[in-house]
Amino acid sequence: MANTETADNAEPTRRDFIYIATGGVAAVGAALTIWPFIDQMNPDAAALALAQVEVDVSALEPGMSLTVKWRGKPVFIRNRTAKEIEEAEAVDVDSLPDGLARNANLAADAPASDANRGADGREAWLVQIGICTHLGCVPLGQQGAYGGYFCPCHGSVYDTAGRIRQGPAPENLHIPVYSFVTETKLRIG
Amino acid sequence: MEGHSTYQPKNGAAKWLERRLPIMGLAHSSFVAYPTPRNLNYWWTFGAILSFVLAEQIITGIVLAMHYVPAGSLAFSSVESIMRDVNFGWLLRYIHANGASLFFFAVYIHMFRGMYYGSYKEPREVLWILGVLILLLMIAAAFMGYVLPWGQMSFWAATVITNLFSAIPLVGPSITEWLWGGFAVDSATLNRFYALHYLLPFMIAGVVVLHIWALHVSGQNNPLGIDVKSKKDTLPFTPFATIKDMFATVVFLILFAWLVFYLPNYMGHPDNYIPADPLKTPAHIVPEWYFLPFYAILRAIPDKLLGVIALFAAIAVLFLLPWFDTSRVRSAKFRPIFRQFFWIFVLVCIGLGYLGSQPAEGGYVIASRILTAYYFLHFLVILPVIGLIERPKPLPNSISESVLQGSGAAAPATGSKG
Ligand code: HEM
Ligand code: FES
Repeated sequence: MANTETADNAEPTRRDFIYIATGGVAAVGAALTIWPFIDQMNPDAAALALAQVEVDVSALEPGMSLTVKWRGKPVFIRNRTAKEIEEAEAVDVDSLPDGLARNANLAADAPASDANRGADGREAWLVQIGICTHLGCVPLGQQGAYGGYFCPCHGSVYDTAGRIRQGPAPENLHIPVYSFVTETKLRIG
Repeated sequence: MEGHSTYQPKNGAAKWLERRLPIMGLAHSSFVAYPTPRNLNYWWTFGAILSFVLAEQIITGIVLAMHYVPAGSLAFSSVESIMRDVNFGWLLRYIHANGASLFFFAVYIHMFRGMYYGSYKEPREVLWILGVLILLLMIAAAFMGYVLPWGQMSFWAATVITNLFSAIPLVGPSITEWLWGGFAVDSATLNRFYALHYLLPFMIAGVVVLHIWALHVSGQNNPLGIDVKSKKDTLPFTPFATIKDMFATVVFLILFAWLVFYLPNYMGHPDNYIPADPLKTPAHIVPEWYFLPFYAILRAIPDKLLGVIALFAAIAVLFLLPWFDTSRVRSAKFRPIFRQFFWIFVLVCIGLGYLGSQPAEGGYVIASRILTAYYFLHFLVILPVIGLIERPKPLPNSISESVLQGSGAAAPATGSKG
């Protein structure tokens, strides 16, 4: 396109510049127009508004657990027995398939020690998103070789701290942002 | 093989139209005068059967859509009311649900036919690739359709399959939330799946048009896999192929009716009559039978990302099949070694399907790994190597010579005008 007018002139002409600039603006405009069509599929305002739930956990004795729904997902709340905590503490963190705590309340690189998995200052309480980190099934509680969780879909096994021990799941069960508002009331989100 | 039109508009109105839009001539040259190899067998009727099933799915789908409600709170009960209240709703739904199964049954036969007779080879590579594209769109359409009744299997199929995308490094989780329109599979997900489920069959119909266009450019392959050389090798599409296709479709309809009227839920899963519960996964989730081989491949690999890659690679290799096969001889009839490996491959695919239906534990996992490895070896190693070492049997001179057993052999090869 550059040399259509004067064969000896190798410099781009003013017309070339205008062509390219116009084309460039059109391309940017097209890209910007596509965005609303893509972004409309992202979680909408109503989905984002469901961001917090409060749960009364006073009825949970050690060894019991409860599943609540938060943002459309199950959240496991488990009051662990002393034995379950002991077993989880005894594990060498370096030997775990996933060495990270995956705890949204802690730094991203916190190690997967039992203290980092349990609730802050209340180690017996384990609060986790009940979604297998493999392909999203809900694992069954108090089951599997480690007495923690077993996912029936493709056989992932988690321990009593919700850490992946066997099977295809790559990560420990995720821990959502939560806090105890009172002794018996838990706020998730 | 252009099959140029011999269409002569007969009356004034037809002439008037033909000068302005030569659509009758196009239809005539594509479906009446179109020359088909005279040795086609019944494996060649599955294209017509598939066209029939696509039309049937679209028609039953549109009428189901008049009663179905794509909202998490109502979807399950609207399907129940289709089953109980809507006039003939049970029939329409059973036709649509079993039609999806039979669609895959027919497409898999159609594809194995192509593999056996080398229909993907030069000059039909684009035709084959369009076919694999149709398979991909069918997979997406059937998956999203299966989500619509919003039973337990629907919900957990949606969850597991959308989570495949979470395996993508870095952006995976954002992509899955984008697909869901929330933080889990929910009503928003159902609603968009419904919109896409309505759209995809029409996209399939569009690609089918391209597929048939490509077919009519290169001409049909045939059981001998040799090119059409003279007019004597072919017969006009109508009445020969038309009648044969219709006969095969009627036989297929007998199987269809038997399923719909006697075993309507045989292909389905009882758990899908339990409403979706996001807090409880059924103890044993399995996809529909037509996805089982792919599911077995996914589960054979103990790593999440690699499992997902293997799943997609299982389809990607199909796209490249024309280039993995190094033999220039098309039909397995003349390829003694390939023919054996073809049947082994069929058995491996069936074996993978069986393993996909079994729990992922113990011996099943080991067997899935072996068969998964074989599946890929077939494409990546076995096909290229056989092409190099095999000595094909001599090919016949022409289709007519082979079919007419010598009676036409004396005829000199005339300049082929196709
Ligand atoms: C490529 C063609 C198609 C395939 C493979 C397909 C597949 C499926 C499948 C597997 C189901 C679930 C059946 C069940 O278990 O109940 C389904 C449901 C449904 N499909 Fe389709 N479908 C196709 C075309 C269409 C079209 C064109 C429409 C609408 C225009 C449609 C509308 C529906 C509706 C409303 C349902 C929910 C009712 C029900 O569950 O039976 N489908 N489809
Ligand atoms: S979803 Fe849990 S093991 Fe696959």
